[in-house]
Amino acid sequence: MMYAILCYHDEDAVGSWTKEQDAAVMKKLAVVQDKLTKQGRLGPVARLLPTTAATTLRKDDPPLVLDGPFAETKEQLLGFYLVDCKNLDEALEVARDLGAANPGGAYEIRPVGMFTPGRVLA
Amino acid sequence: MTDTAWIDTALTSARPQAVGALLRYFRNLDTAEEAYQNACLRALKTWPQNGPPRDPAAWLIMVGRNVAIDDIRRHRKQQALPEDEAISDLDDAEDALAERLDGSHYRDDILRLLFICCHPDLPATQQIALALRIVSGLTVKQIARAFLVGEAAMEQRITRAKARVAEASVPFETPGAVERSERLAAVAAMIYLIFNEGYSASGDTAEIRSPLCEEAIRLARLLLRLFQSEPEIMGLTALLLLQHARAAARFDVDGAVILLDDQDRRLWNQAMISEGLALIDKAMRHHRSGPYQIQAAISALHARADKPENTDWTQIDLLYGALEVMQPSPVVTLNRAVAVSKVRGAQAALDMIEPLEQRLSNYFHYFGVRGAFLMQLDRNDEARVAFDRAISLANTSAEAAHIRMHLDRLMRDSKPRATTASKK
Repeated sequence: MMYAILCYHDEDAVGSWTKEQDAAVMKKLAVVQDKLTKQGRLGPVARLLPTTAATTLRKDDPPLVLDGPFAETKEQLLGFYLVDCKNLDEALEVARDLGAANPGGAYEIRPVGMFTPGRVLA
Repeated sequence: MTDTAWIDTALTSARPQAVGALLRYFRNLDTAEEAYQNACLRALKTWPQNGPPRDPAAWLIMVGRNVAIDDIRRHRKQQALPEDEAISDLDDAEDALAERLDGSHYRDDILRLLFICCHPDLPATQQIALALRIVSGLTVKQIARAFLVGEAAMEQRITRAKARVAEASVPFETPGAVERSERLAAVAAMIYLIFNEGYSASGDTAEIRSPLCEEAIRLARLLLRLFQSEPEIMGLTALLLLQHARAAARFDVDGAVILLDDQDRRLWNQAMISEGLALIDKAMRHHRSGPYQIQAAISALHARADKPENTDWTQIDLLYGALEVMQPSPVVTLNRAVAVSKVRGAQAALDMIEPLEQRLSNYFHYFGVRGAFLMQLDRNDEARVAFDRAISLANTSAEAAHIRMHLDRLMRDSKPRATTASKK
């Protein structure tokens, strides 16, 4: 069974870390990740850019593009995609296509700051 | 992180909201700050034992308010007759106690705090000092260090700013739409100034001053969260990120300036660049251009070029042209001329800046740029005159050293040319 581990934290607090504090946390995380990698169990790892860089597509008819992160509480996170795009417009196009195939709800489109593809050994 | 570092981080990030809310209750900057400080002291005592509260800002607001109200009560008992005004103000504050801390005031509280720091009665130097003290919570010592002035002088600057704000009638009501957008522009300008204080540092002080850049970015993100659909705030944030992304490549080990063309682009911070580019993409969708967006777009074109020769100078020239229309200034034209020199050659660029000489007669960069154009045109004697003038106008030793490098190059190039004329 694959498990997604979704990371939540106070963005202001993490954003207030100094470079050294940030590096120290990343270093400690790397130890755990390395162990999983050696065991062939670590899939993709991503660190997202701040919510200020996010755009939200409401999958209404017609779809509505909003600045900022997904802010509703009555809908739940059900899945995610990682797509390589040249720019935001391209990402929105992908989201629109997906939204047309599965209307209702919303997609939050957030640029990825750091990404390691990982590899799970079957 | 050490086991108490999380408290510092939580206090720092909760600060604007907590001080902003306390200011709403007490309508006095000093009282609000003192209440916040007292709440922090309690937090340092109780949080290590009880763990962090679910909502640190709400905790600090509640505790800060209670402590301050106790203080006011105790103080009042020692007075013969209470002032009516103080009582009614206090009653308001007590009514507010019942109010839920649901974040509905969040936006207005932080804005009020930012607007107060950008009060039109305050000169720019006081605005940024006050914002760094009140909103960012840097200590007077830290601010003094970043501004390269003595602690006493900075203390005085901040005290003066606070006194002016107290004298001026600061509106505590939420401003209307027009006033809000005017003041928003003032806040954006203040954040940009903080950034420039850090960014314009010379090599020997860059390390000390770069926290100002980071603080400006933090404030810009804060502002953007309050105004999520404001393209100019996206532009401002993008501009700061894209500029600061180059920080590690801007100076050599001796602290001398490394020009954009000569920087090691692998040292540029890619996460900051991605964030900046993403923000520009967002801003462009609004089709409401503005000076910050244009400057960010120019920065983005540099960031997108993996090598200097891949820079899209034609597009940069066009963007500076748009900026000239929007914000006419000889400095903008001077910057545009650099792009023009790459697209249409040094002569066209020189023609463009010559009419500016009178207005920029005391501007270091004008003579540096002029000298460079003349050098490209092999007018070395004139170039030398311009470089000499630039050195006499240099603001920092790094600037002067950089121009001297050009002069040395002129000397080197002209001597062999006079004798052998073959060496390149």
